[in-house]
Amino acid sequence: MNAMVQFLKSLTLKELRSGMGVTGRYFFGKKFTVQYPEERAPQSPRFRGLHAQRRYPNGEERCIACKLCEVICPAMAIDIESEQRADGTRRTTRYDIDLTKCIFCGYCEEACPVDAIVETRIYEYHGEQRGDLLMTKEKLLAVGDKYEAQIAADRAADAKYR
Amino acid sequence: MVTIEINGKPVQAEQGKMLIEVADEAGITIPRFCYHSKLSIAASCRMCLVEVEKAPKPLPACATPVNDGMVVHTRSPRAISAQRSVMEFLLINHPLDCPICDQGGECTLQEMALGYGKDISRYSEAKRVVGNPDLGALIATDMNRCIHCTRCVRFGQELAGVMELGAPGRGEHMHISTYMEHSVDSELSGNVIDLCPVGALTSKPFRYSARPWELTAHFAVSPHDCVGSNMRVDVRRGKVMRVVPEANQIVNEEWLADRDRFSYTALNHPERLTVPMIKQDGQWQETDWDTALTRAAEGLRDIVQRHGAESLGAWAAYGASTEEHYLLQRLMRGLGSANVDHRLRQQDFRDQAAQPAYPSLGQAIADLEQLDAVLLVGGNIRKDQPLLAQRLRKAARQGAKIMQLDAVGHDLAMPLAEQSIVADLHSEMLGVLKALVSEKGEAAPQGLGEALAALEPSETQRAMASALLAAPQASVFLGNLAAAHPAAAELRQIARELAKLSGARFGQLAEGGNSAGAWLAGCIPHREAGAKPSTQAGMDWLQMCEAGLKGYLLHGIEPELDCIDSAAARRAMNQADFVVAISSFAGEGLKAQADVLLPQATFFESAGSYVNAEGHWQQARGCVAAPGEARPAWKILRVLGNLLDLNGFEYTSVEAIHSEMQALFGDVAMLAGEDWQAEQSWRPPEGLLRLASHPIYRVDAMVRRAEPLQATRDAEQAVLRANPATLDVNGLTGATQARLSQGGVSVVLPLCEDETVADGVLLLPSGLDEACGLGAPFAAVQLENVD
Repeated sequence: MNAMVQFLKSLTLKELRSGMGVTGRYFFGKKFTVQYPEERAPQSPRFRGLHAQRRYPNGEERCIACKLCEVICPAMAIDIESEQRADGTRRTTRYDIDLTKCIFCGYCEEACPVDAIVETRIYEYHGEQRGDLLMTKEKLLAVGDKYEAQIAADRAADAKYR
Repeated sequence: MVTIEINGKPVQAEQGKMLIEVADEAGITIPRFCYHSKLSIAASCRMCLVEVEKAPKPLPACATPVNDGMVVHTRSPRAISAQRSVMEFLLINHPLDCPICDQGGECTLQEMALGYGKDISRYSEAKRVVGNPDLGALIATDMNRCIHCTRCVRFGQELAGVMELGAPGRGEHMHISTYMEHSVDSELSGNVIDLCPVGALTSKPFRYSARPWELTAHFAVSPHDCVGSNMRVDVRRGKVMRVVPEANQIVNEEWLADRDRFSYTALNHPERLTVPMIKQDGQWQETDWDTALTRAAEGLRDIVQRHGAESLGAWAAYGASTEEHYLLQRLMRGLGSANVDHRLRQQDFRDQAAQPAYPSLGQAIADLEQLDAVLLVGGNIRKDQPLLAQRLRKAARQGAKIMQLDAVGHDLAMPLAEQSIVADLHSEMLGVLKALVSEKGEAAPQGLGEALAALEPSETQRAMASALLAAPQASVFLGNLAAAHPAAAELRQIARELAKLSGARFGQLAEGGNSAGAWLAGCIPHREAGAKPSTQAGMDWLQMCEAGLKGYLLHGIEPELDCIDSAAARRAMNQADFVVAISSFAGEGLKAQADVLLPQATFFESAGSYVNAEGHWQQARGCVAAPGEARPAWKILRVLGNLLDLNGFEYTSVEAIHSEMQALFGDVAMLAGEDWQAEQSWRPPEGLLRLASHPIYRVDAMVRRAEPLQATRDAEQAVLRANPATLDVNGLTGATQARLSQGGVSVVLPLCEDETVADGVLLLPSGLDEACGLGAPFAAVQLENVD
């Protein structure tokens, strides 16, 4: 009996036709493909992309070298050296994030007591040689300076859930 | 003994002991801030409130003595609610700046807040704001964080003996501060950093440089004084970040002198030697180890061939490890010369053969607290051996009679029963001995009859003698100034007789960190390792200077700064043809005198053992790698031994040297020393006497370069000190500076009136850059007005 059903199915190409049916449904249906790079996928304010270091409106860097991000980083991608700056405040002399180690978990951002280290919406970046993906303090601050408006807006949008 | 019940568990305790101690012993933790086992009880923080049955209110465990049948609950709802309420009050004024606070991660308040604090503060009013007093170069302050536990104040009063910090004001207005607006200058001040349970007092050199969770702890033994304090060296990425005490109740308890705590700051000094160097036509050239070691070995061999092995000498640092002392003397004796010495701050060696196996305290360090009478002769124990002074201070607080016999009336920060400040320590001690002899009605000790016959003891001398005699536990200590005395051997004889007659113990406060180790290892001309008499006759360091030796091997020293007789050291170096210096640091002085510089790892960077004044042998393993090409000295000496074709230099580890020494030392620690009789011929020279001993922060090359220590008030300035009467006699009243001439060398230095200095004495410490080239202490000097 089973052999009979099997024979009829293969004779009438039932499975091929049901498969082609799926193809046809998607072929004529509404398209979801994004034409990157002309088009972009929508992003959440919580998107975790390239890191940035922020400043206060008066231009002072936020980071106070508490090293909580360094200690919480599960990939040990962050490297900090600190000292007492001439004005007596606690500051970093080195703040490196190795993007080749980073797993973009966002713990650094969560640990930061002053919202200094953040992950931005940027996901398009590349390095051409060794060391290009080692984000130094200067590079991080430059990213922060450039995208501060977006970063601030994203933090504001997410504020009520934090 | 009584039986109490804590949390349902019956506990045996001594009647009258505080509840918190009993709980600690039983392994039951009660939260606390102000309680510290080594300090008096303040009961000011109230964190240790516990519920005691039948008591109407929760009681502070630190101030509640136990009674039979007491039933205590430390975790009952009532106790926990009391503790939580106290925590809430403590946090009212505490700033939420943990992320920038150096205490963050090792903060008692942070830990307690995790256990007893609320998530969110109910307090929305303004917080208290307090100014931060400037406590000097060692302690950073953030007084907003203070929770008024008063541990620092109690430490100052009870253990450091100084009222520098206090807590003026009451209630909301109470604040910890210095009474006068000046820095905290105690030589033990760094301990308040450890005592502070919050981040109000933190270490200034360490400030903001690392987090406690990044640090790995290593063990080290301090070679800066003869206590051999145990240290925990915190290292981050191969760099020493800070030093904190490692508790060892028989040595340093839980304390550390500032000198031990902050000497690490010199590790990366610009004068740190990191590459071997040789002098070529008067110019220093950096080179590799092979070249430098070959040059050193050839130079030494050349001296031996041309002038004989007797014209070769070796001087070692007091703070070198026992292994280094041992290898150095083996190297020298292997070459055929017994001219090896480390006692560079002494000048009288007549009694060396009769000395015990090592300069000993004569008792355990912990026993100092039990003493009833102490005679301190010649030396500022407070600055020279800060932790021994701390033990004596405890004894003094319990009523011990501390007697000072010195040429300078140093402030020892403890009550003195008797004080005698005279230039002639020698006859003053004889006076005490005479008083003792006549009080006991015995005949004068053998050999001293003549010296005592003519003496008539003064009131003070009699009082000192009877105090020594009356005390069940008494000690006579010779300090660093006495060790540097030109008749130190005679002083030692008198002190020993004093102790013998009065039933007291005689102790030497050794002037260097590892003096005992150096003696045991044979780094002295007259004895080989294990206190065996030397087969060859060797010269002590002053004899070497006089003999004008042709070659020197210097180990960890800068001759002009480390030797008490800087003039003799300078002459000796100038007369030498070839000088090899194994050193961690090279200043201008050493560079001018040496021909080969071999970079040595410091005690932080090499393994080694140290013997302290009580004969306690402690091993350290080294904490970090030495910078650049610097190598542990035992390796340098080992290779030098190989290059010089000496037998038995095949050590592969420091442990091998250690076990070889262990076999040699055996029971030598028991070697008690014999009686030695001098003619008691010393008379002070005519005229003005110069006194000198190494000040607290000039004792070795490392301490001299520790910048935070040099910024404290204890860092001795080159100032001539004399009392007004002496200045008057020399026609210098009102002068601001004067020219001091000693043995043909003269310096012009500021002059300062100092009432504490004895008559006829001028104080200019040794070991200062400005005092380089001046002669030995207790010698006549000329003082001229140059105003």
